[in-house]
This record gives sequence, structure tokens and C-alpha cells, in this order.
Amino acid sequence: MSILVDKSTKVIVQGLTGREGTFHAKACAEYGTKIVGGVTPGKGGTTHEGWPVFNTVQEAVDKTGADASVIFVPPPFAADAIMEAADAEIELIICITEGIPTLDMVKAWEFLQTRRARLIGPNCPGIISPGKCKIGIMPGRIHKEGNVGIVSRSGTLTYEAVHQLTTRGIGQSTAIGIGGDPIIGTNFVDALDLFNRDPQTEAVIMIGEIGGNAEETAAEFVKARMKKPVVGFIAGQAAPPGRRMGHAGAIISGGHGTASEKIKAMQAAGIRVCPTPAEIGETVAAALGGK
Amino acid sequence: MKIHEYQAKAVLKKYGVAVPRGEMVENREQAEAAAKSLFDQGASGVVVKAQIHAGGRGKGGGVKIAKSVAEAGELAGKMLGMTLVTHQTGPEGRVVRRLLIEETLPIERELYLGIVLDRAEAKPVFMASQAGGMEIEQVAEENPDAIVKEYIAPGMGLEPFQARKLAFRLGLKPEQISQAVKFMTGLYKAFEETDSSLMEINPFITCSDGRLFALDAKMNFDDNALFRHPELKELRDVTEEDPLEVEASKYSLNYIKLDGNVGCMVNGAGLAMATMDIIKYAGGMPANFLDVGGGANAEQVAHAFEILLSDKNVKAVLINIFGGILRVDTLAKGVVEAANKTKIQLPVVLRLEGTNVEQGREILQQSGLNFIVAETMKDAAEKVVAAAGKA
Repeated sequence: MSILVDKSTKVIVQGLTGREGTFHAKACAEYGTKIVGGVTPGKGGTTHEGWPVFNTVQEAVDKTGADASVIFVPPPFAADAIMEAADAEIELIICITEGIPTLDMVKAWEFLQTRRARLIGPNCPGIISPGKCKIGIMPGRIHKEGNVGIVSRSGTLTYEAVHQLTTRGIGQSTAIGIGGDPIIGTNFVDALDLFNRDPQTEAVIMIGEIGGNAEETAAEFVKARMKKPVVGFIAGQAAPPGRRMGHAGAIISGGHGTASEKIKAMQAAGIRVCPTPAEIGETVAAALGGK
Repeated sequence: MKIHEYQAKAVLKKYGVAVPRGEMVENREQAEAAAKSLFDQGASGVVVKAQIHAGGRGKGGGVKIAKSVAEAGELAGKMLGMTLVTHQTGPEGRVVRRLLIEETLPIERELYLGIVLDRAEAKPVFMASQAGGMEIEQVAEENPDAIVKEYIAPGMGLEPFQARKLAFRLGLKPEQISQAVKFMTGLYKAFEETDSSLMEINPFITCSDGRLFALDAKMNFDDNALFRHPELKELRDVTEEDPLEVEASKYSLNYIKLDGNVGCMVNGAGLAMATMDIIKYAGGMPANFLDVGGGANAEQVAHAFEILLSDKNVKAVLINIFGGILRVDTLAKGVVEAANKTKIQLPVVLRLEGTNVEQGREILQQSGLNFIVAETMKDAAEKVVAAAGKA
């Protein structure tokens, strides 16, 4: 088992014909993901790299039976692409696009409340269940199938954690990048809840960063409900207040959203928080060994 | 993106939000002319306000009242060119280049209005408080019940009934309510239509004659939405920003200058923050945050390297790349190019992982340049901190 995606997941690519869309669709397909087509308005009826292209998501769903969509649409049009996918009853929407205007996401988020779809992202690397399915931009080869779940606000920091696990021979059930924006679909609690119920997952890594209070909310969930060991890391302990650290959501504002507040809340919830990312691998190994 | 108070007030005025009469000036003569015009229009006094992108100006001596044109000119002369230090500027302060000359008003009460994004609710929230003039964070800490909130339903805006609720809770007089509704709904409309990320009217004042005004105004815009507001982009004042950060923004690089001596170049915001953290953990201090992004090309990497090195405090450099989209060989080419071009003398520690890492390492080895190669992040941090310490 794994969460959200596996060998049966059928994926369409919104923005397939763009440079990024093409590059990553091919990489995902090479990994073994069932990419069944793409959507580029105006290019419907053509094929691209062997995949059928549709004008609308609805048409793509009707013709291919896709249940997931990955979005590589440029920022000005990405929130609209999310809503289009949700409206076409796509169950899992993964939005890679970085730089979507916040008020566009406010609208899309509200729209999603009226549909069944789950959104991952935006501004995220995507999701991978190693050995089964990769929907996103992460390098597939660093992963290994196994029993550790990962949920993270950061892309490359997730790769770092995965790499440490894999080199120690520890595999991953599913790794989800939830994204670095202030408004995101799936959050820490959603992902932790899914990992908690997944029989394959035996431990979870949560990687947070400064800004907002999602880590504090997640800590409450861990304390109340989590049955599996959780290892954590928070990026941005050395970050100055009031500055946006690359990610739109990574900002300490009004003295809140600091790394130390988050670490304190997580430790109080029994999460094993690593002082630096270098200790993630060994801490997970200890957590799995000491169950 | 941040803008000045006078610019925010000009934007708000277009949305029917009442702001005091005033004018932005850049020299003493203009200040006197602006003051004269205000006195001629019946002002009983004028305020000379320093325009910098930081709060706490009053306490720092950047807000003064003048009772005559001559006094306004004198104050303006003193204020222009001075370095204003407030709790938000840091000890280095900011040079005052522009002033706002504004009419004084018969202030009765000082209140607070603000609009921010509530991340957990995924909606903008309109906040009001009777504790004007205080920082809202402090009010939230000491007396959270004093802040009243109305959430904005996406696609709707602040509805009049919500504005009335806020206005009555602020204790405004019945005859001020319709004025307040116009003020608040205008404020939200401005927030939405300009894609603001933050708006604060602190203080929002009531006058003894019943009128309501935005005595101060702070507006930040969502950088991600600036593409659809070319007129707002014009309001950017690069003199308020660090020159290296301005340079970096030209190449779409996320660079933030800090105070340490270990320069770092990383791909991905989370890894870049974590790299700063681990440098600190190893006993060093990062000189900057620099995220070259997921899709950087050799040219961008070269620019990033140059920017990093133009910070004179930098004594050693750490390059930490986990190549996913950004391939390690691409990065290596950029680094070698930049190292040759800048004739770098400083020690450079490299820690590379990911796609095409072998090719990348080969490019570095064959370059003949003296790089220090590290295996893990911890190893890299220790090596670079040691190198910076020796320099």
C-alpha cells in the first residue's frame, strides 16, 4: 500500500505541450506512471510525444478515464486550471506551478470545497509512491520502495531526506510535497492522517519551515491521534523576520511563524525534531528500530 | 512589494478612502510650497513625515508637526538626507529621500484597521481594533478580544453589513456609520483590485468634527500578481532595497543579504534555509540566503556567483545543490565559468547530489580550480565554517 497514488493511477498533464510539461511527463512515464494524455486548449485532437491532447479536462476525463491530473500551466492561468480539473471530477490534482497570485488561490480553494477533488500544492514537487507511481518533478532514482512516509513544504529538502533514507537502505511508502505557498490544498494534518491509516507506513517524516502555523496544528494532531513515530525538521532557524525566504509562505510576520515556536510545539507532541537536516536519516532509523 | 505611505494613500484615494490632504516632496522648496498650499486651504498645521519602507517613524524622529511654512521648511531641511533608525530598519537605518507634507487634523480617537490573508482559513480577513497607534501583534498578544474580525467570502468582498458590524464594534457614532462603511468597503476593494498581501490603516482616526481618515497607510503587494498590475510595478522604490538584492531580482534569483561571512548558493528555498541553519549550527554565520531555483541555467548560476562574491563580508562560499530539475553538470559549468571570470580567491566548498552528479564532479575536477569537495551537508558546513574562520 501507499497513499493517494499507485500503479493504477491514470494521469493527465495540464500544460503537456509546454517545455516543463513535456520534460516531466516523459520522466514520469519512464518511471512507470500511467500518463494517459494531456490538455492544452486549442491543441485538442493532436498528439504530443505519442499522447492524445484534449482541449478541456472534461474531454480528457471522458476519453481516458483519468483520475489524477498534474498541472504545469503558467502562474496566471494555474488557479483556473485547478478549478477546471476539480469541475471535471478529477480526484487528485497536483499543481506544480510556482508563483500563483494569492487571491487566485483564495478563489480556487473555495471552489474546491464544493467538489470532491483533493489538491496537492501548488508550488510543490508533487507526489511519489516509489516503485509504483511518480507524479511530479522529483528525481525518481533517489527513491526506494519501503515503509516511511514523508510530507514536506520543501522540494529539495525532501530529496535530501529521501536520499539519506535510501542510502541507509530505508525505503519510502509515499513522499508528498505539499508546497511552499501560503494557501495549499493538502496540508500536514491531511497527509499525517492518511499515513496513520496506511498499513505500509511505519514512520513519518514531516518537514516544515517558517511561516504560518500549519506545523503547530499538525503537532496537535500528532499528539492526539498519531499511532506511528514522527520525525521532524523545521527549516529557517537562521532566517530573519519579515523577509520572504524564497517560498511565498516562508515568512515570519509579526513575530509569529518562527522555527523555534514550531519546534517547541512539535517536541511537546512527541515528534523527534532533528536540529539539522543531516540527522534525518539516523533519527528515522532509530525511530523504526526502537518501535 | 512594499510601497511608501504617500503612494498607498494615492491608491486608496481612488477607491473613495478618505486621506488627509497632502503632497510628496523631495526638497525644502517643494516642502515649503506644499505647506503653503495647505495653510492657504485652511490647515491649522502641517505634518512632515519621512517616507521610508519601515514602521516606527514617529519614535525615530521622522514625523514632526509644523505651525508655519518656515517651520515646515526647516523641518524638511533637517529630515531630508538624515538616516532614520527605527525598530524596523535595523541599526543601519534608512536615508530619508522623500517626505509627505500633510494637513493636521483634529484627532479625537485613534483606531486600527487591517486586512491580511488568514492562511488557515484561506481567506482575507478584515480586522478592526480600538487600540489604534499600537502594533496589532502586540494587541493580539495582550488583549486578543480587542480585535474584531470579518472574513471575506471569495468573489464577494466586504459586504456593507460586515462593515457596519465592525464600525459599531469600534464604537463609532451612529452618524459616522455610513461614512465608515464607505471607507471600509473602499479599503477592501482596493486590497482586492491591487492584489495586496497586507493593508494597514494605523491609525484610522475619528475627528472632533465627525470625519474619518486614514492617518497612516501601509500597503504591500503580492509579488506573484504584479504581472497584471504594471501601474503598481512603477511604484517600486529600489533605493529602499539592498543593491545586491535588486541586482539578483534582475536574474530571477531569490537573494537576501544577511550579516555573516559564509556565502551560500543553494537550489530550492527549503534546502537554502536549511543550509543557513546548518552553517549556524556548525558555528558560522550565513552571509545570505540564495535560492537559484529549480530550473536555473549556467548563466543564472554565474550571475548568482558574482552577486554572492560582491558581498565584501564573504570569506568562504558553500554551494549546496541537490539536483532534480537543475542538473548538477549545468550547475558545475556555471560555477566554473563564474569562478574563472571573477578570478575567485576565496575557498569554495561544494556539496553536490542528484541528477548527473558524476558529470558535474568531473567538470569541477577538470577545471583546475581549487574547490573543496564535501560529501554531506554536515561535512560541507563544517568545512566552510573552518575555511571562513581561517580567512
